[in-house]
Amino acid sequence: MTTILERVKAALGPEMAGPGLAFVAVVLVFGLASPQFLSAATFGSVAFQLPELGLLTLAMLLPILTGGLNLAITFTANIAGLTVAWVLRENGGVDAGIGIFIAGCLLALLVGAASGVVMGLVIAFTRAHPILVSLSMMIFLRGLGEFLTRGGDISGFPAFVGPIGHGSIAGIPVPLIVFIACVLAWHVLLGRTKLGFNTYMIGSNLEATRYSGINTRKAIVLVYTLSGVMCAVAGIIMLARFNSVRIGHGESYLLITVLACFLGGVNPFGGFGRVIPVFVALVVLQLLSSGLNLIGANQHLATAVWGILLVGVMILRWVATRIKFSIVRRGS
Amino acid sequence: MHQATSATVGEKPLLSLRNINMTFGGIKALKNVSFDVLPGEVHCLAGENGCGKSTLIKVITGVYRPADGAVIEYDGETYSHMSPVTAQDCGIQVIWQDLALFPEMSVAENIAFHEVVGRRPRLVDYGRIRRIAIDALARLGVTLDVELPLKEYAIAQRQIVAIARALVGEAKLVFMDEPTASLTQSETDHLLDIVRTLSASGVAVVFVSHRLAEVLEISNRITVLRDGALVGVYPAGGMTQSRITELMTGKTFDQHVRARPRDDHPVVLDVRGLTRPGQFENISLTVRRGETVGITGLLGAGRTELALALFGMLKPAAGSIRIEGREVRFGSNRDAIKAGVAYLSEDRLSLGLIQPQSIADNLVIASLRKILSGGLLSDDRKRGLVSRWIADLGVRIGRQADAISTLSGGNQQRVAIAKWLATDPKILILDCPTVGVDVGARAGIFDIVAKLAESGLAIILISDEVPEVYFNADRVLHMAQGRIVGSYDPRQTRLEEIEAAVYA
Repeated sequence: MTTILERVKAALGPEMAGPGLAFVAVVLVFGLASPQFLSAATFGSVAFQLPELGLLTLAMLLPILTGGLNLAITFTANIAGLTVAWVLRENGGVDAGIGIFIAGCLLALLVGAASGVVMGLVIAFTRAHPILVSLSMMIFLRGLGEFLTRGGDISGFPAFVGPIGHGSIAGIPVPLIVFIACVLAWHVLLGRTKLGFNTYMIGSNLEATRYSGINTRKAIVLVYTLSGVMCAVAGIIMLARFNSVRIGHGESYLLITVLACFLGGVNPFGGFGRVIPVFVALVVLQLLSSGLNLIGANQHLATAVWGILLVGVMILRWVATRIKFSIVRRGS
Repeated sequence: MHQATSATVGEKPLLSLRNINMTFGGIKALKNVSFDVLPGEVHCLAGENGCGKSTLIKVITGVYRPADGAVIEYDGETYSHMSPVTAQDCGIQVIWQDLALFPEMSVAENIAFHEVVGRRPRLVDYGRIRRIAIDALARLGVTLDVELPLKEYAIAQRQIVAIARALVGEAKLVFMDEPTASLTQSETDHLLDIVRTLSASGVAVVFVSHRLAEVLEISNRITVLRDGALVGVYPAGGMTQSRITELMTGKTFDQHVRARPRDDHPVVLDVRGLTRPGQFENISLTVRRGETVGITGLLGAGRTELALALFGMLKPAAGSIRIEGREVRFGSNRDAIKAGVAYLSEDRLSLGLIQPQSIADNLVIASLRKILSGGLLSDDRKRGLVSRWIADLGVRIGRQADAISTLSGGNQQRVAIAKWLATDPKILILDCPTVGVDVGARAGIFDIVAKLAESGLAIILISDEVPEVYFNADRVLHMAQGRIVGSYDPRQTRLEEIEAAVYA
């Protein structure tokens, strides 16, 4: 019994405490404040809103764990969506078949990967700072996208695209299924593969990792490539949900993804952080905005409350370490 | 034999501590310790890591508050405890090992830092900063360009800047924590001269160092701590290195030459004419199965560069490397590891181990393929592999998931050795394996090295401490300015002979 508990604890890790507490607090507060909060409707709305931010957060997580950052995630997602839209339009528009759509998605994943490969190569070989490299990529993709779309919306997709954004299978929203599959993939990647292991080590000390015989350049290129692929998945889901593509869509998520990672206990300097706590942190953020919506608060206010929550978490973490430290210092 | 200083016997102590007790989480870090420092003397505080040296310094400088009953007398005043502000006002200064300097700021700003920060008027007077800095350096008999950013200077000069900064604070008592740890021999000599200058000008210096030779050379008296308790206070005259080691560890070590004939063993590593201009020239050496070849020489002799070339991290411009008769060319250290070469870095803190990460992850990092199961890393296999090596090398750990930084230097080094043994190497290069390892734990490291050689590993042992290679290697090579300039058999050579050649 205790060993199972210990195993669960070990699997979740110490990062779970913060987001776990926040989850309980949010459910309690809104559950008491509004009788409708603990209802299927709330969880339905969370389930549809979670995947977009969630997929982008997964794309942000890997580079952060290596001690880097990928500021190009939202525009990579846009460009990937644009790729799908272009393939559909060139091949019949509303009349395009499902095969064309799948081909478009594969091409979009390739485009996302390409954006990541370029950033990864530059970061790994020139040792330029990831913020600068991904910022350059972000500006490039934004300019390219705006040039191609003339700043407008691209729409007119076949009818079967909509359900990918709005439909449900066995009562579970399709975007959520995609997101959960990606969460599990990342969980396995980080916990059980060599690349995941190397990601953490590089985040703590790149040179020592290189001295241990790890191909750190290859690992960094792969990390940014996978980040780009995850952006493309997000881009496809966004296309399906809005039935259109616009460059700049989801731009406001960029920094929220960074904060969601920190809320999930990810070390801002790299080396530490797990997928499941980040997932819980994302759920907390969505529950918070749904809850506020329910008690009649303005949507923009919800975003402000996210900011306050994150600052609160930082302060609580500081208090927690202070308490721990003073216990150690006072001795027995 | 010892430099005369202004300290004389029977003089009233500048600092006198009695009944110092300090407890952390149930562990007694200091047990009823007393400690005296005379004005202007050089006093060495000796003991292994964890013996309470740093805790004692932190009590004296007011970082920690000792248990009730403590008596601290300083310069005629009595205190029950110090505070950082009182200590500073009393002229007690500490130069920590990391120096706590600002690399981007100029030498002058670093030296005059305390004079400038927090003083009114809040305008910065650069002329005054400059004068303060030049005066402080002059007291040490040193000239540096005070306008240059500190990062332009090497570690030895930075050390001097840190000392100069302490002097600006009207120091009467200066603590130096391992000041010579990263200095070369001539830089160390220079630093010891500065310590003598300080002492002659009436400043008392408390010296904490692992290097017993210089402890004996510089100190008037030696206070030895072991496990948080005072062992005794001894005059430096008449002490020997082995006697101090015995006092520090409570054990006696019998150092004997371990060298054994290995000429009939097959050659594992055969290096011919290896050259990398500016770093090493025309290096030829062989290492046989079960043989330990020692390489010694001063810092900057090209030892580490040679090791990195053998480990595939530096490309030689000329020459050849053969392993078991087959010529190898390494594109990276991954090729070298595959060919059976392992390299234990001299810089354990930033290159050898990944300090924030766990003991287990540090141990398996170089041999991940061994813990794969069905293409994925297996936690069970990892745990098994780690447990086996921890037991094999006698590493004392809490949990495998603890950060490696929680271990002592000696235990960290054992994990680092295990990490490389797990790759099944044929050749193990140990670059200064005892840096930052306690005297007592060093013997344990060399016991492991001897066992590994016995099991057939070819070992290259690099050290700038000649006795280490003399006692533990089968052959000693002397490297100077990138070349091998001497080869000795410890069974037929006296230690002093090699030392004379190396330090000449």
